[in-house]
Amino acid sequence: MTKWQIFKNGVFNENPTFRLVLGMCPTLAVTTAMVNGLGMGIATTLVLTGSNVIIALLRKVIPKEIRIPAYIVVIATFTTIIDKTMAASMPDLHRVLGIFIPLIVVNCIVLARAEAFASKHNALDAAVDGLGMGMGFTLALTLLSSIRELVGTGTLLKATDFGFEGFALFPEDLGAKLLILPPGAFITLGLLLAGINWLVARKEEKAHD
Amino acid sequence: MTEYLFIVLSAIFINNFIVARFLGICPFLGVSKQVETATGMGMAVTFVMALASGITYWIQKVLVVLDIEFLRTITFILVIAVLVQFVEMVIKKSSPVLYQALGIYLPLITTNCAVLGVTIINVDENYNFLQSVVNGIGGALGFSLLLILFAGIRERLAFAPLPKAIEGIPIALITAGLISIAFLGFSGFDLAALLGL
Repeated sequence: MTKWQIFKNGVFNENPTFRLVLGMCPTLAVTTAMVNGLGMGIATTLVLTGSNVIIALLRKVIPKEIRIPAYIVVIATFTTIIDKTMAASMPDLHRVLGIFIPLIVVNCIVLARAEAFASKHNALDAAVDGLGMGMGFTLALTLLSSIRELVGTGTLLKATDFGFEGFALFPEDLGAKLLILPPGAFITLGLLLAGINWLVARKEEKAHD
Repeated sequence: MTEYLFIVLSAIFINNFIVARFLGICPFLGVSKQVETATGMGMAVTFVMALASGITYWIQKVLVVLDIEFLRTITFILVIAVLVQFVEMVIKKSSPVLYQALGIYLPLITTNCAVLGVTIINVDENYNFLQSVVNGIGGALGFSLLLILFAGIRERLAFAPLPKAIEGIPIALITAGLISIAFLGFSGFDLAALLGL
């Protein structure tokens, strides 16, 4: 596989959220506003790429029997680095994302890529895979959070950390508040997944004809 | 006593781990196809969450004394992994019947974010030892309740005539959304006043 194919695979064909349905907890929890979705996506991408590279470099050194604990230690190290960096540089965003930043450790996407890809490929391929999967995750989170923020509050891309008030597209009173509450997360993602399933099925049918 | 009741009730109904805090969604979607397996998973998670809450309370104390609190994530996840392994071995030796029933779900608990989540919440909330354990049990009971309720609905849903695109995960998520709306009703309760705190 070329580098571009590995990257594209992570973003589209095997999109971690829409195709593999992994890492659901942060996907549902933090997507109340677009900036949160983006922030969570980028933080996960950094952990994913970093741990993929280190695990690929160490793949011949780590004994097979204890590989899972070894992977978890590597992932936890990167998670701690990101956690502390964000706490220092973006305190507001860090507070909103809350426990979901340390919980990147148990995000199934990261461990799944370590086991399924990084442990079998060289460091460069593993880095590309981490970036691709991370971008796929970020894309999914951004899409979901933009729908929820816009329909729920009438504003898009409000980011207090960067002193940005966001684009107010319609008054807040007209927003469907349910979408930024927990039920909105489940229902929006459910409908989004159904829509994507439908699109994929239609594309396959066309290719078949 | 009422203080502990308050923690348990709010962990089950108001800050439910699944529909309000979004912790443990993977097993919630993964092992909720049958009521029986959902019950087994719920029991295993309750056991591990109570133990993990108790043990990590003392670990956090040690981390504070040594001034290495930044190692919290890494130590907690390792402790949980060891704990799950240990629980698996104990159950295998002492009760082969229970081991048979829980078998494959036990190792999966390590990556259940509800377990790591509850230990971090305990630290953030500054709970003491007993409060931590009670919060662990309460959170796990809330998780189990939702898992079993949801499994009951999904058993029926399996026979429903649905459009192809919405089958499986999409309809499961929408169903979870409707349950979540029902649970939103509990958030209006003033539990503290009700219990006279």
